[in-house]
Amino acid sequence: MDWETLIPRIAKGVFYGVALLLAAGIVYGLTRLDYGVMVAYLDDLGRGALLTVELVAISVAVGFCIAVPTALLRASPRWWLSWPAYAYIFTFRGTPLLVQIFLVYYGLAQVDWVKDSFLWPYLREAYWCALIAFTLNTAAYTAEIFRGAIQAVPAGEIEAAKAIGMSKALMLRRVVLPRAFRICLPAYGNEIILMIKGSALASTITLLDLTGMARTVIARTYMPVEIFLAAGVIYFLLTFVFTRVFQRIEHRANRYLTAAR
Amino acid sequence: MPSDTPALQVTDIHKRFGSLEVLKGLSLTAHDGDVISIIGSSGSGKSTFLRCINLLESPDKGSIRVAGEEVALKPGPDGPLVAADTRQITRIRARIGFVFQSFNLWAHMTILENLIEAPVHVKGLSRAEAVERAGALLDKVGIHGKKDDYPSQLSGGQQQRAAIARALAMEPQVMLFDEPTSALDPELVGEVLGVMRGLAKEGRTMVTVTHEMGFAREVSSKVIFLHEGRVEEEGTPDHVFKNPTSERCRQFLASHL
Repeated sequence: MDWETLIPRIAKGVFYGVALLLAAGIVYGLTRLDYGVMVAYLDDLGRGALLTVELVAISVAVGFCIAVPTALLRASPRWWLSWPAYAYIFTFRGTPLLVQIFLVYYGLAQVDWVKDSFLWPYLREAYWCALIAFTLNTAAYTAEIFRGAIQAVPAGEIEAAKAIGMSKALMLRRVVLPRAFRICLPAYGNEIILMIKGSALASTITLLDLTGMARTVIARTYMPVEIFLAAGVIYFLLTFVFTRVFQRIEHRANRYLTAAR
Repeated sequence: MPSDTPALQVTDIHKRFGSLEVLKGLSLTAHDGDVISIIGSSGSGKSTFLRCINLLESPDKGSIRVAGEEVALKPGPDGPLVAADTRQITRIRARIGFVFQSFNLWAHMTILENLIEAPVHVKGLSRAEAVERAGALLDKVGIHGKKDDYPSQLSGGQQQRAAIARALAMEPQVMLFDEPTSALDPELVGEVLGVMRGLAKEGRTMVTVTHEMGFAREVSSKVIFLHEGRVEEEGTPDHVFKNPTSERCRQFLASHL
């Protein structure tokens, strides 16, 4: 037997050996966990999860409303319309969400006219800072997703709308946007899932979202594995439920693609 | 409307793409009930000319009158002429039916929704009335059974018939057909031409860019042969097909009949 055949065999053996050890370790670890503590703090984690859902729902909803006009500006052939939209998108896509949160939370307090303004009672709250950062961030990503979808609407269908006498606004409302939303649904669902998990960063500015709450509970119980595992499972369930709901929406909206030929 | 006002009068259309001049001063007059066929080899400017009529393409020069109303034009930002009054052009386009080579049905709407879309949202018809009219039109083009299907579920011929019905639903004064059968499998061409023959018989004003010489010969009241952006031969089908004066027209017909 030569090395040519021996090396792959050895590699295979080592791979399966390590995988087996790992699996055994995980199973052993799971049997050693204190499940009681997970149950005991489920209430707290649940409240944290609610805040997570709230932050994501509001920022995604408001972000959507910002993203649609931004995408239209971005898709405009006029540079003085598309350029500012692109600058905004580029800024928020080019920097980490964590940095954006910190800049809003710590940065705004440095600006005197912000502190003097009637908005200060809101802007000094971590809750609003997180919402603002999340909203602007998801709006930027969503705008770029929409822009791609708007430009992917078949030119012929737009011409048909023009030729039949639709005004630009009507064409946008009845053909371009409905068509673009359907095209971008899978990518948009992806963005919302990323947002659900990205919202964990709210915990860095004192908010007790699911991650923030998990860290607080851990500070009390010194059981990071149990509590983070529970938090992970809850995040998983959130995205699972969201994915299923979104699948249904996608299925209904895109029937025109899936209808039997 | 006085009967001597042409339904469509297009005068001296010029169009260039970069350094290539594709239309070198084309004119066309269609009276009510005229069925005009535009023939010519590819690259002769047929489709571009048709698309200039409702400004899907911007001509560099020329004028367009629909039922006596002149379309207001102004130089666009890139040079060629664009509509000076967006309200006027949408109103005029609504009176010109346009049928595309590639159907261009709105894919996210069912066939029925495609047909009632513009009557409801452009013309302001009630939904009920639009649905009733759409039903009659779908009967006429023979695809009533497909009204709740999406375009992707239809064959090419059925899609094109639906597209014709969609244009008819606006009750246009003129119908423009841009190579309506060129994207179809040979066995599906007949069903679309059949519908178009029916429309011609009803006395609809039609301008058709086509490669179907049989259709042009039987149905048209007038045939125009384009060559390199100019009208090379023009007249009754008998004249153009039997005694063309132009040598180019003769050559073209020899290779297409």
